[in-house]
Amino acid sequence: MSALLEVRDLDVTFMTPDRTVHAVNGVSFDVKRGETLGILGESGSGKSVTLRSILRLHPEHRTRWSGSIKLEGVEILTMDRRTLNDLRGQKIAMIFQEPATAFDPVFTIGHQIAETVRRHTGKSESDALKRARELLEMVRIPSPAQRLKAYPHEMSGGMRQRAMIALALSCNPSLLLADEPTTALDATVQIQVLLLIRELQRELDLGVIFVTHDIGVAVEVSDRIGVMYAGKLVELASVEQMVDAPRHPYSRGLLASTVQGSMRGQRLEAIPGAPPDLGEVPTACSFAPRCKFAEPQCVSAPPTLGSVGDSHLVRCVRAEAPA
Amino acid sequence: MLLYALRRLIYLVPVAFGVSLLVFALVHLAPGDPISAIVPPDAPQEVVDKLKEYYGFDKPLPVQYLRWLAVTLTGDFGTSIGTGRPVATEVASAFGNTIILAISATTLAFSLAIFLGTAAAYAKTRIVDRLVTLISLVGVSVPHFWLAIVLVIIFSVELGMLPPMGLGPENATGWRLDWPHIQHMILPTIALSVIPLGVMTRTVRATIKDILNAEFVTALQAKGMNDRQILFHVLKNAAPTCLAVMGLQAGNLIGGSILIETVFAWPGTGFLLNSAIFRRDLPILQGTTLVLAFFFMMLNLTVDVIQTMVDPRIKRG
Ligand SMILES: Nc1ncnc2c1ncn2[C@@H]1O[C@H](COP(=O)(O)OP(=O)(O)O)[C@@H](O)[C@H]1O
Ligand SMILES: [Mg+2]
Repeated sequence: MSALLEVRDLDVTFMTPDRTVHAVNGVSFDVKRGETLGILGESGSGKSVTLRSILRLHPEHRTRWSGSIKLEGVEILTMDRRTLNDLRGQKIAMIFQEPATAFDPVFTIGHQIAETVRRHTGKSESDALKRARELLEMVRIPSPAQRLKAYPHEMSGGMRQRAMIALALSCNPSLLLADEPTTALDATVQIQVLLLIRELQRELDLGVIFVTHDIGVAVEVSDRIGVMYAGKLVELASVEQMVDAPRHPYSRGLLASTVQGSMRGQRLEAIPGAPPDLGEVPTACSFAPRCKFAEPQCVSAPPTLGSVGDSHLVRCVRAEAPA
Repeated sequence: MLLYALRRLIYLVPVAFGVSLLVFALVHLAPGDPISAIVPPDAPQEVVDKLKEYYGFDKPLPVQYLRWLAVTLTGDFGTSIGTGRPVATEVASAFGNTIILAISATTLAFSLAIFLGTAAAYAKTRIVDRLVTLISLVGVSVPHFWLAIVLVIIFSVELGMLPPMGLGPENATGWRLDWPHIQHMILPTIALSVIPLGVMTRTVRATIKDILNAEFVTALQAKGMNDRQILFHVLKNAAPTCLAVMGLQAGNLIGGSILIETVFAWPGTGFLLNSAIFRRDLPILQGTTLVLAFFFMMLNLTVDVIQTMVDPRIKRG
């Protein structure tokens, strides 16, 4: 079966007036229907930029991109605006880190869900509201009829994120993009929302890309995990492979740091050093300055992504070395 | 909502008393004797005393205030010292003329400001943004009475295209909606609109720019909304802030048009106040100031109520 989403050699560069940011440098991955791909990485590693590229949500006039992003074989990066707008929210939907700021504060939750439904289905106002009510029930928001009339600031963080999920699923998308959707929530609420996403994903056979900097969360929700560093995927493997035998020194560092103590909530700061500046296209392994295994050849050329087994990819010259 | 408006109205009562006291005090604390302004310098003392008694200026100030307050509450603002006509009539017609000018100036300023401010906030090239910023800067820094005089020199004196003064043709009795009257409005409207245009353009631009950076705009794009639909969301979010500034600006136009009305001899409250000050016409001064103060209070109330209606986050109950 062919993949639902195919990302190939994605480069994203921002040209701001004072500097250039090479935020994503040659990222490739697939997402299958009904599969959750976790993208794990430190803050600033390019996770959000990668995710937003799939809907082309970057400021158009100062973003350069190349590569290819195909949904069911259809290229998104060169698609015209109208087709893109039809695809946004209908085939691919997105949920955000801060549900408090991702809803328009001056419209009711019901209006904002119904608006999306009407945009893509052409339903009448009252039918759309009916659908919005069903959706709120589906994400298990209590007394949905009243919640439709609530404004975002009148709901708790957890309820808002549920409402955001309802909005995202309103037009039966086949791919859900989740950008750290539980980071802003309290621990208990976080688990509930995670479980809800997992459950809905199975029920609706959704492809999900789940971006997080939280290893515990990534392990819990993902079927496969991609580890991102400085705008590149450095390792891509199934959860089992990643947990049992991470191959990239960066992934190993991340996972080693979580073996002791609880996994969830662990920040990826256990490795000394800081990620590189993204002002230039990397000419060497970006992780080399922080890597305790660094060799001369690591800084002579950027390493390529190589296979080390059954769909297990690693970007490291030492990938073949025993763990 | 209705309850809130009602309660605000009731709160206005003590404020109104304070305002009336302030207006009275200011007018009477100013130096100069109102009677000496209307009688010839060599008038006999009895005549002056008689006049003082007639207008009540012989009583102590607190008594004068209470008397004035009592009659004012019945809707009677007294008699103008200068013209001998009822103050209420004079103020009413002047206020009407001022409102007409203010409405045309605010309409011009605000619609242009919303357009320019939005365009600048959305501008992808710096030139558009810079140009609009320049316009708003000029708007707030050019002295509007100077602009008024320049406009008169160019369009009335040099080109002879537009009348320089008055609210209508020579023997007109009041304002009417016809071409000669509109012609008279053009220059004062332009002169009056530059400051609110500058201020509002700045406000609209800054507010919208801020909102465009908000995450919910990205979220709206992510769900497939087109630019027009997103603009609607953005404008509704910008409305509360812009309305507040608009309210202030509209208020300034009513009160602050003394210079413009004087330059164009537009018979509004500013013009009336100006002449009343020179004639020491205390009843007119008091009446006009009081009416303006009340108008300000009502304007503020209206802005607050509209803001509450537009922005659900403002809880006022
Ligand atoms: N619109 C933008 N313009 C300029 N730089 C950007 C923009 N969006 C993101 N970046 C930069 O790209 C890099 C990656 O950001 P991001 O993908 O948000 O990281 P994260 O992995 O934390 O989600 C950061 O250095 C960020 O500053
Ligand atoms: Mg991010």
